[in-house]
Amino acid sequence: MGMRWFFILCGILVVCSGCLNAPEKCITLATTTSTRDTGLLDELIPRFRAKTGIEVRVVAVGTGQALEIGRRGDADVLLTHDPAAEQRFLHEHQGTSRNELMTNDFVLVGPPDDPANVRAAPSGADAFRRIGQAQAVFISRADESGTHHKEKATWLAAGLEPAGDWYIRCGQGMGAVLRMADEKRGYTLADRGTFIAQRAKLNLAILHSGDPEWINRYSVIAVNPQQHPHVKDVWAAEFITYLLSSEAQQIIAEFGRSQYGEPLFRASRWPLRNGH
Amino acid sequence: MTACDPELWSIVTLTLRVTLVALVIASVLGIPLGVWLGLARFPGKRLFVALVYTGMSLPPVVVGLLVYMLLSRSGPLAFLEWLFTPQAMIVAQTVIALPLIAGLVMGAVAAVPGDLVGQIRSLGATPWQVRWAVLREARVGVLFALLVAFGRIVSEVGAAYMVGGNIQGHTRVLSTAIMMETGKGDFALALALGGWLMVLALSVNLAAMRLQGRSL
Repeated sequence: MGMRWFFILCGILVVCSGCLNAPEKCITLATTTSTRDTGLLDELIPRFRAKTGIEVRVVAVGTGQALEIGRRGDADVLLTHDPAAEQRFLHEHQGTSRNELMTNDFVLVGPPDDPANVRAAPSGADAFRRIGQAQAVFISRADESGTHHKEKATWLAAGLEPAGDWYIRCGQGMGAVLRMADEKRGYTLADRGTFIAQRAKLNLAILHSGDPEWINRYSVIAVNPQQHPHVKDVWAAEFITYLLSSEAQQIIAEFGRSQYGEPLFRASRWPLRNGH
Repeated sequence: MTACDPELWSIVTLTLRVTLVALVIASVLGIPLGVWLGLARFPGKRLFVALVYTGMSLPPVVVGLLVYMLLSRSGPLAFLEWLFTPQAMIVAQTVIALPLIAGLVMGAVAAVPGDLVGQIRSLGATPWQVRWAVLREARVGVLFALLVAFGRIVSEVGAAYMVGGNIQGHTRVLSTAIMMETGKGDFALALALGGWLMVLALSVNLAAMRLQGRSL
């Protein structure tokens, strides 16, 4: 390795760092995993980019982490599904606006033979109570995501403090948790969109749904540029306007129908024509 | 994404780019540091060596967390605006690779027989000439150090995920893509990506063996 190698390597270094330069217009979106894992963002973002020339960089994490990324000012827009945590975020003056984008619902999924007999439960809380009493395996997201918070609220409503070998704190995303539920023949609470998108690969069935408490609201939040001067609020506002436009809302309302036979989300600002 | 489309191509090239840039920076800093540590005698050297060896087993997620906090818009290096960019991944991977290269080069240099070093010195070599001669003597060990560092960086997933964000077309590398596809349950695609990762590692190792056969 002579000096010549050193210069060649330095040359590579310079050339490579040149390629890494960021394009002019881009924003960072911190989102819950379900919007990416279902493929919805792949439908929306390229269209937005074609219209405005703004690139949207998607960091998909749990809602808790997405809000934390927003608190640190590391993203310009957030797409989350935990109304209570989102309200706290706004009260801290971390966000300038919050608009509901779409909804779907949470469903309790588990092995089709349903060992804890939750199919017969009259409510979500009662279904959880049956799982706790039967000590049937339950996989918890345990990652402070929107789904995890809904799960904790349901345990609270059931009057149970889940603990024991049967209650598995997974700490991973929805897809990984569904897979673990499948492998361990356990129950878990999932958002309907992610579950439908992955249903073909899983031996799990929807055993309880329709609890009025189990509505899953996705909102888009603009991060406050007064807290974090780097935030690209103008482009972020353009993105939010696009998501709420009738074009995007129609895409959301139809998304999944052709591939899965039913839409995965209900657009909040598009006439409702079909339920789940 | 299928097994060989443009998106896959961007993932493979980004993987190579991040890995190589981090490897070059870590080598430029780590090889001289290793040679110096292997030859120098100074008080407190044992402590320093212990630190380097500890750095060799630094958990990548800890590096990821620290780099995240440094580069965050609320962190001290916010002005760089590097979080969730390939640069952030390069920083993290460099921090992971640097002690590895320094430590292994130090070991290789220390393994060069002492009387040989003495002989070079007695021939009137300057300290820089001594270091250069010893480095040439230890070149197999240095190559080994680079290969180990390459393997560690190219397969690293924790820090890459944290500071890169696994952004499609921007910071998604093979290891983070495999993790994401596994999470989504697309095992076939994850496996195909794993195959690409192994192809990459194999070609680099074959190239290194050729280099070794020719000039070492």
